[in-house]
Amino acid sequence: MTQPLLKLENLTVRLGQGERAIRPVDGVSLEIHRGETYSLLGESGCGKSMTALSILRLLPQPIGRITDGHIYLDGEDLALLPEAEMRRIRGRRISMIFQEPMTSLNPVLTIGDQIGEVLRQHHGMKGRAAQDRVLEILDAVGIPDVRRRYREYPHQLSGGMKQRVMISIALAGEPDLLIADEPTTALDVTIQAQVLELLQQLQQDTGMAILLITHDLGIVASMADRVAVMYAGQLIEEAGRDRFFGAARHPYSQKLFESLPDVHKRDHALDTIPGTVPALDHDFSGCRFEDRCDVAWDYCRSHVPDWYAAADGQHARCHRLDESITAPATDARTRPAKPVAAARTNHVTSHLEVADLKVHFPIHKGVFKRIAGYVYAVDGVSLSIPPGCTQALVGESGCGKTTVGKATLQLIRPTHGRVQFGDTELTALKGEALRKRRSDFQFIFQDPFSSMNPRMMVGDIVEEGMIAQGIGKTRQDRRARVHELFERVGLSPEHMQRYPHEFSGGQRQRICIARALAVDPQLIVCDEPTSALDVSVQAQILNLLKELQNTLGLSYLFITHNLSVVSYLADRVAVMYLGRIVEEGPVADVLERPLHPYTQALLSAVPVVEVDSRREIIRLEGDIPSPAAPPAGCYFHPRCPQAMAACHDSYPAETVSGDHTVCCFLHQ
Amino acid sequence: MIMPVILWTDALIFLLAAVVVVFILYARSKPHIRAPWRRVFSGKVAAASVVILLAFVLVGLLDSMHFRLPLAANGDSGEIHYAGEVLSTLDVLVGPLRTQVEKTYSAPFATHLFSMETMEREDGSKVRDYPRLVYGASGLGVAVEGKTGDIFKRSLLAVVETLLASVLLLLIMSAWLGRRHGQPVVATAKTILQDALSIPWRTILLTLSLLILLLFLAINLAAAYHVLGTDKVGQDVFYLSLKSIRTGLVIGTLTTLIMLPFAIFTGILAGYARGWIDDVVQYVYTTLNSIPGVLLIAAAILMLQVFIANHADYFETTVERADIRLLFLCIILGITSWTGLCRLLRGEALKLREAEYIQAAVCFGVAHGKIITRHILPNVMHVVLITVVLDFSSLVLAEAVLSYVGVGVDPTMNSWGNMINGARLEMAREPVVWWSLLAAFLFMFVLVLAANLFSDAVRDAFDPRTRSR
Repeated sequence: MTQPLLKLENLTVRLGQGERAIRPVDGVSLEIHRGETYSLLGESGCGKSMTALSILRLLPQPIGRITDGHIYLDGEDLALLPEAEMRRIRGRRISMIFQEPMTSLNPVLTIGDQIGEVLRQHHGMKGRAAQDRVLEILDAVGIPDVRRRYREYPHQLSGGMKQRVMISIALAGEPDLLIADEPTTALDVTIQAQVLELLQQLQQDTGMAILLITHDLGIVASMADRVAVMYAGQLIEEAGRDRFFGAARHPYSQKLFESLPDVHKRDHALDTIPGTVPALDHDFSGCRFEDRCDVAWDYCRSHVPDWYAAADGQHARCHRLDESITAPATDARTRPAKPVAAARTNHVTSHLEVADLKVHFPIHKGVFKRIAGYVYAVDGVSLSIPPGCTQALVGESGCGKTTVGKATLQLIRPTHGRVQFGDTELTALKGEALRKRRSDFQFIFQDPFSSMNPRMMVGDIVEEGMIAQGIGKTRQDRRARVHELFERVGLSPEHMQRYPHEFSGGQRQRICIARALAVDPQLIVCDEPTSALDVSVQAQILNLLKELQNTLGLSYLFITHNLSVVSYLADRVAVMYLGRIVEEGPVADVLERPLHPYTQALLSAVPVVEVDSRREIIRLEGDIPSPAAPPAGCYFHPRCPQAMAACHDSYPAETVSGDHTVCCFLHQ
Repeated sequence: MIMPVILWTDALIFLLAAVVVVFILYARSKPHIRAPWRRVFSGKVAAASVVILLAFVLVGLLDSMHFRLPLAANGDSGEIHYAGEVLSTLDVLVGPLRTQVEKTYSAPFATHLFSMETMEREDGSKVRDYPRLVYGASGLGVAVEGKTGDIFKRSLLAVVETLLASVLLLLIMSAWLGRRHGQPVVATAKTILQDALSIPWRTILLTLSLLILLLFLAINLAAAYHVLGTDKVGQDVFYLSLKSIRTGLVIGTLTTLIMLPFAIFTGILAGYARGWIDDVVQYVYTTLNSIPGVLLIAAAILMLQVFIANHADYFETTVERADIRLLFLCIILGITSWTGLCRLLRGEALKLREAEYIQAAVCFGVAHGKIITRHILPNVMHVVLITVVLDFSSLVLAEAVLSYVGVGVDPTMNSWGNMINGARLEMAREPVVWWSLLAAFLFMFVLVLAANLFSDAVRDAFDPRTRSR
């Protein structure tokens, strides 16, 4: 093979001083060749981003520094270059795009200026020539109407557009290597598909190498040539893509696959990885994954595993690959997946019936705050959730799914429509009457970090709802119940006296679930409860939710954008677009035989883990229109690949076939 | 029997002190409150500032315990009459400083008055000369010899005393810390001197030693000299400066204490309730903000003066009259300065009401009042604390300016502003009477500097945005 473009040798990074310094990157060696997409996969806190930042020498100052190792770019050691020389490398030879396009652009400079800056810096281009080149680049990243966009400011662009601008800034220097740090995590699936396709196409055109940092196995499967898994500051496995998805060798990689939810695992509990990533502030005397690994044995604890080679350039850091050691046989591989606890016990719960729910937010303008228009966040949604069932609500961000959840629970008062829960009409309840009724329906928030008061102990947080609802007569009663709830969600009751910041993300979400359960609800609205969590932790939470449903007979309204979670957990699914439900039906029906073109596009855009089943992605043009000014006719028609004349004129009525409903003229 | 006199500001000051003590006891059991305070005290500058501030507070508290002494019982009615003069514990402690009044100005450490007078000799002839001070340098006799030696001797004594006291202090400190950490006294003393503890006890010890040195110097020197000179009517300037500390502290703390409940209540209410309540609160504070503060203060103080003049019988002593004016000044300063905090809190509450933990509480049917007290209030306290500490120094300075203009505290009250005001006219004199001004400047400077350094540390520790780690 030729000389690699980028070669890391035993790269070691430390944050902080002294004995307790954190080692986010601890001896990473890898090679990236020209024209290749190299994917770095791992959970949060494993040192992926630190590796990328140290390649560009952009570690947080003054605490971060490279203490050991070499970074060769075409044979030149970047770690030895003076800062002035390094500036020549950044943006010119190596560019980086960041996760959050909203904060990576300077809000007071126009798009054209920000791209032109790179050209001036690295190519000495000015004036007319620079402007022409900027327009050319903007065109290349698929931004329509480039002459207008050139003079616009970042806030005038949508998220997907901003990420395209970020990519064009990165490309302006014509780099040899593009580092993409979670480039699509902040974007919706249809936009994500656009951006990933763009990156692939640009790579074909320019022959640059891409270092793709991600936690999403689906993206890796569709993008990468080679994959490296990072865990606790080290690479633990490296392989070609097909090899990795076919025969991952490290127990951690295998576990990652098993913890992914999908439709085939519906009847089982998902496999989880117990525990958390170890703290990185000390030396390890054994394997770093040993305490979470279910095939580890004594040897793993006392010996640090080497970087063992397997066939086809695959490497893994696990003693099981060392042929000189005879590992004890394990039954873990053959162990059958745990079935989910007993059949559903439908105890008395109520039926939720939402009819023609509308939430319109007024837009105020002028000195006297005159109402100038409305944001049609939710515009006529009807749902029905029988007791003990899970209704999923999917859609892209801004389509109003969270608003539906909050309006159902009267956290936002709906503008119009009925919400019938059991035999009570919730929209008619006010003040004290509503407050008393609140114990029946609860909400679990997306971000467990911000949904708990940082100044209260978690025991008090769980107890608060009970006090408000008058559950438990004495403090002892309530404490006993909190104790019981902690055990139920898999937390140690001794943790009651701690503060939220002392827990990991998964534990916090468990506390939030315990808090919701404390008031004996019949319905829980889960607003993306796992999207802020890592894959292995997501599996724990999904297992818990499923188990609770089976034992307590809860109903869930499950709001998410993650279709694999839907296929694992939900009974029925509704697809929302711009405030309306476009398709609704049983999960298997909707996901296997989608009828609405939007559902079809959404499903095709989701990156799937199986490498061989590469489907044709239906590419949606443009972004979701603003809910303040929805298009005339069918809301989806401006982006719809199958739009007809009728679609421009009126909104299609519901077509019902069996228990599968769709709003589209194609099916009338 | 003495008769205790509880002035309005005394009562409020002790109330405030009690609140602070209760808060400290409460905070000891709450790790999330204790952690940032530990960060405050782990800085050397902050620790030293706190020690200095505490010294000021101690003087202020001593000066806030007022009483009247009984007059010698005359007659047989058995009824005790009390002196018209209200004294404080500080007055008693400083003893002769208060009573040793010269005729008029004298420079620091002077032996003679500042201005010449015509005096009659024993033989009846008249001479124009600087008169000998009655109390200043009285130990040296009329001849006034060996003044430098005497000052040196007394200073040396103070240094020796300080050294002894510091060693004693170190032992007490190590014994206390050693017992808490279960270590022998000597080892603890060593770690203190090596500065190897998380809280900079060495810095605290050094600052305390410095204060003790000043104390002993004052005890030794002020007994025999007017260390900072005397003012126009011959009062000791050092004594006046000490008495002014209380005024400064009262203005700095009570003003915020008075405005706090109002600012917190309206600010949070406006942000949480929104709608028309928000509009009303916003209009009120924008209106108040656009009226010049000095105008309001001047009008209010003049009105109060008229009230006092018309109802002289409401006040038993001049001290009580001056006190009510001080309190009123605090109130009016509070009314003109609550808007800043109110605006900050409104913004914070607007942000918090959308926070998910507030929504979760709504979801549980928690009542609005509970949400405000349990969830919003504790999460805006850092804003309140930072504002209070930052406001303190500006209020101390504001008092000086207002008194100088003539709408500040009562002219009979000791305050730095009044001292500056009094020194103003003498600045044109040749040679200049500089000591009143310098003394007021020094005391105010040290207090405000310490308060500013402390508030910087508090802000760094509590403001999540400035935390670098």
